[in-house]
Parts: sequence; structure tokens; C-alpha cells
Amino acid sequence: MTIDGDDGPRFDPDGIDRRGFLECMTWAGTGLLWSVAAGLPAAIGMRQALAAPAATPFTFLQISDSHVGFDKPANPDARATLREAIAKIKTLPSKPAFMIHTGDISHLSKDKEFDDADQIIGEAGIPVFYVPGEHDLIDEGTGAAYLARYGKNAKGAGWFSFDQNGIHYVGLVNVVNLKAGGLGNLGDEQLAWLKDDLAGQSASTPIVVFAHIPLWTVYPDWGWGTSDGAEALSYLRRFGSVTVLNGHIHQVMQKVEGAIAFHTARSTAFPQPAPGTAPSPGPQKVPAGELRKLLGIATVDFVRGSEPLAIIDRPLDG
Amino acid sequence: MPPIQSDSALTRRAALLAALMPPLFIHIPAAAEDAAPNVTVIRIENFSFTPAGLTVPPGTTVTWQNNDDIPHTVVSPQKVFRSKPLDTGDRFSFTFAEPGVYSYFCGLHPHMVGTVTVAR
Ligand SMILES: [Cu+2]
Repeated sequence: MTIDGDDGPRFDPDGIDRRGFLECMTWAGTGLLWSVAAGLPAAIGMRQALAAPAATPFTFLQISDSHVGFDKPANPDARATLREAIAKIKTLPSKPAFMIHTGDISHLSKDKEFDDADQIIGEAGIPVFYVPGEHDLIDEGTGAAYLARYGKNAKGAGWFSFDQNGIHYVGLVNVVNLKAGGLGNLGDEQLAWLKDDLAGQSASTPIVVFAHIPLWTVYPDWGWGTSDGAEALSYLRRFGSVTVLNGHIHQVMQKVEGAIAFHTARSTAFPQPAPGTAPSPGPQKVPAGELRKLLGIATVDFVRGSEPLAIIDRPLDG
Repeated sequence: MPPIQSDSALTRRAALLAALMPPLFIHIPAAAEDAAPNVTVIRIENFSFTPAGLTVPPGTTVTWQNNDDIPHTVVSPQKVFRSKPLDTGDRFSFTFAEPGVYSYFCGLHPHMVGTVTVAR
């Protein structure tokens, strides 16, 4: 991936960074299928896979866009598919240390939706770190309900950082104070906090950044990007390993840019179309038998001493 | 509608109208009663406002209706109006009394923008 000036992330003509490390695997049937990130040679993925089992991997989990309360034709029961996603966690080969939820927990920010989400997600029995999606901030108090429930240890609109197993994690909020015609937005106060937060970290510390809307520009016509995301990424370039995890677009998308790996997770509620393939980014209606192939969760494995974090997307059906 | 004959006739007619009509229509100004009904609907479909640009006379009530499977909001950046989240089928109305150009957007999906121009 080349970076042109300060314009932030951009695709090469073929969309590939050949210096990159990220592999994506999909869980299918009884085995691991390697669907290697856009054109990366499969052999690299296989070597990595064979090398990995020497150490016990540390795993955490990403879940996103549960939209509890959604009941439209694309998925008449988003609670049921969230339950299936949580049940899937219990079948994982190694138990994740914790879970991050990258927003749109609820569909309409209703107390009942948050209550049900908490109850279902709580069944996983592991700690959960949340950042809000735009659907979580449409209560009367425009986010007061979310902050009261999930933001007790957070700053500002709900951003925070923490350290675990040698990794520094940063949860960002890019769904408040959105401007007409614009994209996701972090804002100056949060950017100043982020700069300060990262200043204390060694360049060799792996960094995981997560937020609801992609921090890189996926498709501006549908608002899939963050207007000041490039500024945030500029603070991350000195680090040797950065993983950026987002949701919002209800499909897996990824790229690698230098030492920064970008990845978006599936929703547990409904799929959305690939950029530009439909008149709008509205819920994608698919045959009932196909739905669970397009919903899912992601696990992230970290092996101490090996640079990349391996992200495994795991559909509900497969 | 018969032509208006006098102020007192107008007042009587307005009072009668108010008594007979369902509450939704009471706020429509009586002076406009023999013009075309000045209620206009903007449809929210496929993450777009249709029509995105609309010109209406002062006093018009504009109603936005969400036909998408996803909630949207209607927000004036100048804080002239702001809807609650509109789920599928929900409506929001605002009556534009003063001439001017009123831009608005969806607070959930800010790439969705529209303009209501109020002119005589
Ligand atoms: Cu919207």
C-alpha cells in the first residue's frame, strides 16, 4: 500500500500490500479454510499457520452490530442470531480472554433492547468492552442511556484505553456530532486524548484500535469512513503492529497498510451489500438459508513474539 | 371550496372546519383553505430524501415519511427542527412559517442531505 501525502489510506490499483502480514481465515465445516487477504500468496498463510501452534495463542473476540430490536424481513429476529453468535463462542477451540463489541448493540437505543443485549451477551461469561454505534445514541438524551450503562470508566462520549497481555487497546467513538454531508467523526477533543494516550506507549507495543465506523475510507458515498480518521492513523504509524477493528458495514473487509492492519467484522443481525452494488446500504435480503453464512463474529489471535494478529472470521453457519 | 365572502364568513368557516376536522388538520392556516392542500410529503427511501430539493410557500407543513427498513432522523443543523428517530413507516412534520432556505440531514447517516426552500 502506498500512502500519497497526508491523504490517508488508499488502495493500490490491485488493493494489495505485498509487505503486509494480515491473513484472514474463514471457519468452514470441520476445518480452517484460509481465504487469504486479497491476493496475498496462500503459502505465506500456510507457513504462518504451521508455525503458530508452538506457543499458546492469546485470543480475544470481536462482535459487532447486534442491532437488538431489528425485526425486518432481512432478519425477523436479531435476538435469536445474537444468541447463536454467543453460543458459537462456547464452541471455540480456545476460550477468548474477553470480547470487544464495536457498536450498534441496540437498534433504537431502547432500554429493553440494551437489557436484552446485556442478558444475551452476558451468557458468554467473559468481560466485554463496548464502543457505541450511531444506533446506540438515539435515546432522548442522545447517548445518556449508553453512557450510563457502558461508559462509567470511559472519557468524553465513551472512549477509553486499557492494557492486557502486553497489548494496548484503544476504544474510540466516531458516531457523535456528525456533520451534514460528512462521515464518521472523532473530533478534536478525542484526537488530543488519543495522541496523549499513545505518547506513553513503546513503538514495540502491539496496538489494537477499535471503533464503530471504519477509520479508513471504505466508501464515502455511503458514509463509510471517518472524516478525521487519517489524523488518528498518523499517531499510529510509528508502532510496529497496529490492528484496527471496525463494524458498521456488516461485512468483512480488510486491507494492510504498512504495519497497520484494518479489518471490519460481520454483523450478528443482518448483512449489508458490498459498496456500490445496491441502490443503498440498507439491510440485504437474502434467502433464509443464506443469512447465517453472512452473519458472524471474529476472533483475534495473538502469539507473543510473532508480529501479526491473526483474525479469523467465523460465520454463524459454517 | 366556495370563494371566501367576508372576514366574518371566513372566521365562521374556520371555526366550523376546526370543529369538524380531525385534530391533525386544525393547524392548517384557514387563509389557505381554497388553495391546494399545503401539506407536502418527502419520502425517505434508499437512504435518500425524495425529493431532496423542495420549494414550498410559507405556511406549508412538510411531512417526512421513512419507508426504509432502517431508522433515520431529520435534523436541521441550524436547530430549526429535529425529529426523533423515525423507524419504518414513522412520520415527522414541521410547518415552515418563514421564507428561507432550510437545509437538513439524517443524524444517523449524515451523507443523507436535503433542502426545503420556503418562498412566496
Ligand atoms: Cu439515515
